[in-house]
Amino acid sequence: MDFVQSFRLTAPEVLFSLSGLVLLLAAAWSRSDTSARVITWLAVAVMAVGAALVAPTLLGGASGPQTLAFSGLFAATAFAAFAKLLIIAAAAGSLVVAPAFFQRVGAYRPEYPVLVLFAVLGMCLMVSSTNLLTLYIGLELNSLAAYVLAAFLRTDDRSAEAGLKYFVLGSLASGILLFGTSLTYGFAGTIDFAGIAAALNGKISTGAIFGLVFVFAGLAFKISAVPFHMWTPDVYEGAPTPVTAFFASAPKVAALALTVIVAMTAFGHQVAAWQPIVIFAALASIVVGALGAIGQTNLKRLLAYSSINNVGFLLIGLAVATPKGVAALLTYLAIYVAMTIGGFVALLMFKGADGEPVEDLRDIAGISRHRKVLAACFAMIMFSLAGIPPLFGFWGKFVVFQAAVDAGMVALAAVGIAASVIGAFYYLKVVKVMYFDEPAMKVTGKSDWMHQALLAICALAISPAGYLLTKCLDGLSTSAAASLITP
Amino acid sequence: MIQVLSFYLFASIMLAAGAFTILARNPVHSVLWLIVAFFNAAGLMVLAGAEFIAMLLVIVYVGAVAVLFLFVVMMLDIDFAELRAGFIKNFPLGLAVALVLLAEVVLGMGAYQAGSLKLGTPDGTAAAVVGASNIKSIGALLYGKYLFLFEASGIILLVAMVGAIVLTHRQRGGVRGQNIADQVARRPEEAVINMQPEVGQGVKL
Repeated sequence: MDFVQSFRLTAPEVLFSLSGLVLLLAAAWSRSDTSARVITWLAVAVMAVGAALVAPTLLGGASGPQTLAFSGLFAATAFAAFAKLLIIAAAAGSLVVAPAFFQRVGAYRPEYPVLVLFAVLGMCLMVSSTNLLTLYIGLELNSLAAYVLAAFLRTDDRSAEAGLKYFVLGSLASGILLFGTSLTYGFAGTIDFAGIAAALNGKISTGAIFGLVFVFAGLAFKISAVPFHMWTPDVYEGAPTPVTAFFASAPKVAALALTVIVAMTAFGHQVAAWQPIVIFAALASIVVGALGAIGQTNLKRLLAYSSINNVGFLLIGLAVATPKGVAALLTYLAIYVAMTIGGFVALLMFKGADGEPVEDLRDIAGISRHRKVLAACFAMIMFSLAGIPPLFGFWGKFVVFQAAVDAGMVALAAVGIAASVIGAFYYLKVVKVMYFDEPAMKVTGKSDWMHQALLAICALAISPAGYLLTKCLDGLSTSAAASLITP
Repeated sequence: MIQVLSFYLFASIMLAAGAFTILARNPVHSVLWLIVAFFNAAGLMVLAGAEFIAMLLVIVYVGAVAVLFLFVVMMLDIDFAELRAGFIKNFPLGLAVALVLLAEVVLGMGAYQAGSLKLGTPDGTAAAVVGASNIKSIGALLYGKYLFLFEASGIILLVAMVGAIVLTHRQRGGVRGQNIADQVARRPEEAVINMQPEVGQGVKL
C-alpha cells in the first residue's frame, strides 16, 4: 500500500479530521460568543480549502483504479468529488447562518461547527465508499453528529424531541441496513462492491434478495423516501432551523449518492431486482410529498414534505439505471441544494421584531407589501421547487424526465409529471398567501448581510440566469456519472 | 459431524434466547437470556475458528451485561425481596440452565478440537495467515489493510463523546471550586493573628 498516494487521494478527508480535532481543542478552551463565531468561520474556511482540494478530481474526471486509496477502501472518483462539492457547499451555507439563530437564545457553542465538520467528514466517506464497511462507518459518523445537532437547543422541548426521535428511528434504520449488509456479505462472500457485483452476477438467490431489500430500506430511511419518511416532518419541524437546512441538503446529497453507488456498482448486475423498489419509492415519495404538504401550516413541515417530494423526482433518475439517469440525478441534486439552502435562509429571515422566528404560514401573509425583495426571493424559490419555467428548478425535473423517456420509461415519466402538478398546488398556495392575503405584519425583524448575501446567491443560481450553467453542469455530471459506471 | 451438530445446537439456542430476551416479562430475566445468547454466539465463533472473538464476546459482553444489569435495577422499580423469595423456587431451573451451558462448553471445545467449520466463500483477501494466531491475524488486518477505517471508527467514538458532553454538560453558578494556587500562595501572617486578651474581655476579630 502506497501511503503517499493514499494520503494525496484522501487529502480533503485528512484535512477535515485534523482541523476538526484542532478546532475541538480550541472549542474546549473558549467559552465566549466571539470565539464561537471565530471557530465557525474557521470551519467554513476549512471547508473552502477542502472544496479546493476536491475540485481538481472532478474537473479531471478521475476514474479507474488510480483513484483507489488505502488498499481499495476509498475511491476519490469524479462522482464522489461532485457529491463532495455539493455537500461542502450545503454544509458551509447552513453553517454561516447558524450563529445568529442560536445566539438570540444564547445557545450557541463552539462545538456546533466542529460537529458539522465531522458530519461532513462522514458524508465524504459515504460518497467515496467502495465497500460495505466504509459505507457503514461514513453513515454512522454522519448520523451520530446529526442526532446531536438535532437536539442542539437542549432547553427547547421540540428540539430535544426531534433529536430523540431521529436517534431512535435512525438507529433502527442503521440496524436494518446492517442486517442487509451482513446478509449481502454472507451471500457474496466479500464486502467489496466490485466483488459483490461479480458474485451476484446472473440469477440471484433469495437470501441475497433479502440483503438487497434490507440495504435499500436502510438507505431509503436516510434519504427519507416513502415508505420510510415518517420521521422527516417531525424532525425537520423540531430541529433548529439552521440544522433543518443542513439536514435537508447535505446528508440528502450524501445518502442519495451512496444509494446510487450501491445500486449501480454493488448491485449493478441486479438492476431488475432493485428497479421496482426504486420506482415504487420514487412515485410514492412524489405523491405522498405532494399530498402531505397540502394541509401543513408550519413552513418547516411544508419544506420537509417538499424535500420528500423532491427525493421522489431524484429517485426517478436512479430508477432509469443508465449513466444518463445518474447524470440527470446529479444535475437535479445541484439545483435542489441551491433551492433548499435558499428556501431555509429565507425562512430564517422571516422573523419578528425581537428576532423570534416566524414559522407559521398565516404569519407571512401579505409580506410582499413591506418586505418586497424577501417575498420575491421566496416566491421564486417556491416556483422553482414547483418546476415552473423559466426558473432553474424546471431544468432539474426536465433532465430527469428526459432520461426516463430516453430509457423507454415513458409511463414513469408521465406519472411523475402528473404528480408534480399536485405538488405545484401548495407551492403556489404559499405564493398566494404572501402576495394576495391581508398583511399579518408579523415579519418585521431585519437580518444581517450574511443572510441577504446567501439568499441572493441562491436566488441568482435558480433564476433564469442559471441556464448559463447548464452546459458546464451537464458536462460535469456526465463525466461524474461515467466515472462511477464503467461500461 | 460434531461441528455441524454443535453449530445447530448453538444457533438454535441463541435464537431462542434472543426471542426470550424480548419476550420475558421480568427485565432481570431478559438480561439473563441475553447472557445465554452471548454465550452461544461465542460458541459459534469458536466453531468458526475465531477463538479470540469468542473470548472478546464473553469478556466484553458479559462485563457489559453486568453494567446493563445495574442500569435495569437502578431505573426500574424492582422488588428485590420478592426476587430473593423466588430464588429457592427457581433454583432447579437455574441449575438446569447452568448444566446446559456446561454441556455446551464441553461440546464446543470438542468441536473446536475437531477443526473449525468452513463458512461462506472467502475471497482470499481476508484469509488467515497460516500458523499465525487469531490475535496476530486480526492485528495485521486491523492495523494494516483496514487502518483507514480503524481511524475513522476512532472519530465516530470521539463524535459520540463530544455529543454526549454537548447535550448534558452545564455550567452551574454558585459552585465553590478549589483554587490551589490561592491556597499555596497564602502566607501565615494573613491567616493567623496573635492576641493576648485581658481576663474577662472578649476578642474582637
